[in-house]
Amino acid sequence: MTSTPPTDLAVDARGLVKTFAAQRAVFGVDLQVRRGEVLGVLGPNGAGKTTMLSMLATLLPIDGGRASVLGVDVARDPHRVRRLLGVTGQYASVDENLTATENLRLFGRLLGLPRAQARARADELLEQFGLTDAAGRPISQFSGGMRRRLDLATSLISHPPLIFLDEPTTGLDPRTRGQMWDTVRGLVAEGCTILLTTQYLDEADQLADRVAVIDHGRKVAEGTPEQLKSSVGSSTLQVRLADAARTSEAVGLLRERAGLAPSASPESGAFSVPLTEPDGAADVLLLLRDQGLSLASAALAKPSLDEVFLALTGDRTTRTETMRTETMRTETDTSTEEVA
Amino acid sequence: MTTLTDPAQAPARSWVDPATTAPAPTLRETWEQTLSLAGRALLRMRRNPETMFDVVVQPLLFTAMFAYIFGGAISGDVSSYLPLLIPGILGQTALTACMATGTQLREDMDKGVFDRFRSLPIARIAPLAGPAVADLLRYAIAATLTILTGVLMGYRPGGGVLGIAGGWLLVVVAGWSLSWIFTWLGTVARSAQAVQGISMMIMFPLTFLSNAFVPVDTLPGWLAAFVQVNPVSHVISAVRDLLNTGQVTGEVGIALLGCAVVVAVFAPLAVRSYSRKV
Repeated sequence: MTSTPPTDLAVDARGLVKTFAAQRAVFGVDLQVRRGEVLGVLGPNGAGKTTMLSMLATLLPIDGGRASVLGVDVARDPHRVRRLLGVTGQYASVDENLTATENLRLFGRLLGLPRAQARARADELLEQFGLTDAAGRPISQFSGGMRRRLDLATSLISHPPLIFLDEPTTGLDPRTRGQMWDTVRGLVAEGCTILLTTQYLDEADQLADRVAVIDHGRKVAEGTPEQLKSSVGSSTLQVRLADAARTSEAVGLLRERAGLAPSASPESGAFSVPLTEPDGAADVLLLLRDQGLSLASAALAKPSLDEVFLALTGDRTTRTETMRTETMRTETDTSTEEVA
Repeated sequence: MTTLTDPAQAPARSWVDPATTAPAPTLRETWEQTLSLAGRALLRMRRNPETMFDVVVQPLLFTAMFAYIFGGAISGDVSSYLPLLIPGILGQTALTACMATGTQLREDMDKGVFDRFRSLPIARIAPLAGPAVADLLRYAIAATLTILTGVLMGYRPGGGVLGIAGGWLLVVVAGWSLSWIFTWLGTVARSAQAVQGISMMIMFPLTFLSNAFVPVDTLPGWLAAFVQVNPVSHVISAVRDLLNTGQVTGEVGIALLGCAVVVAVFAPLAVRSYSRKV
């Protein structure tokens, strides 16, 4: 990142501060998005993601620090910044009283397109987003997924080089989510730069080139999804015993004899062992065999982004301990709901 | 069911060079954006015709009601009360019609579409001025219906066609100007109900503590003093002069000046608080 000259940055924010009542505040966040990249801002609800995005999109005044978008200062030149941005909010921001076509035409006109061009662009986007059949219907009859698609289409009218997507798939069913992801990938292929916030780890994993994890208004980690995963330990050994009744015996054994911190999985007879080196797996398996604990299955895996997320956004003073405890482990499977 | 973005089909991107874009919208752009948003507000009116209820029913109802209740007591009979009353009702309906501007703006601002307006490279005043321009239609309807009702009840304006046209125009201009007070209220109040409540508190003293329904010389001194400075009184006096005599008197000048002051004060206030709204 240090080798990147500042002109290559689509977004360059340094020490962004927003002071509000407690929640949703932002305390000095640095954020750099390179041109053509997808940066995922990951964090639980109330972490300050939307606040940060709103400041960058000129929707909220910046209380401290500075930010520029494609070289234009956000605080000094808000109108220019708005010209460069397509913003799709958390809630569909289209006019309920108008039809899909009327919405797209209205926003086309507002963006300065001549009447005929606004019409043509509206038809083009309706086609592109599979909304042609619903074009004449009022938005109040649209499903959640259709609204989001129209919302995104509206953000793309002027071909903005930089797009902010604020939780683009929150509240969507899995199928519609997948479609949204495809759309985002299509935008990336066209050369758009995307800054995306999400509370879904798999979304960041799927779409983002780099991820910045935000918690309580601070950036707690940044890197590629792979880098973040390896920061939690290089791998995890998942073990299931043939005799489920002996699980606690096995866990105790590994804790005392090998100094490891295994944690039981919700699945009966299963537990996972975080390892600093993948090679450590052999020692664990040998130790189990010596005690006559026979295996049903064993698998060596990279930690999931879920584990990274919980480790990073958990209580920071005790997180190194807690992330290995059983409570954390059992929460992992429901983490997306838990943090929501 | 759904076709999604196919990069191959996507049109060639025209990248915006930040250096070449203007730092602020031009006056012409502001005007075009305002008209686009006025168009949106008109579509909204057409889809929700019930929002026109006040400007259609109130002129008919209030004109008839006040004329028959107060006519005899104040002017001896209904037809000699009408020259006093009709301009009063015109002032009142202009004020109540523009009251709805604030309530509707507040409702609108609570919806997502205003977030998008705020993120667009458009003039900050356009989302406020658009509905205000569309609401000219409401004042026009209210003024036309009030005058028509009066004429049907026997009112014969002495100012002739030109006087009527002048009075009508002044009512529309006054409604539009005063609506900026309510637009500003819409941007500062927390909810549409709050706007409604506060608007009523403003509307009632302004209309009833004016010369709208009774001659000022019948009032006690302290009340007459307030009535004299009430801008609504000046608008009504000016409309009376235009309708009944066809003369452009000093009152017309004072009324127009008052309207200009209201716009000059409240339009910037409204834009300022709208731009700051979280």
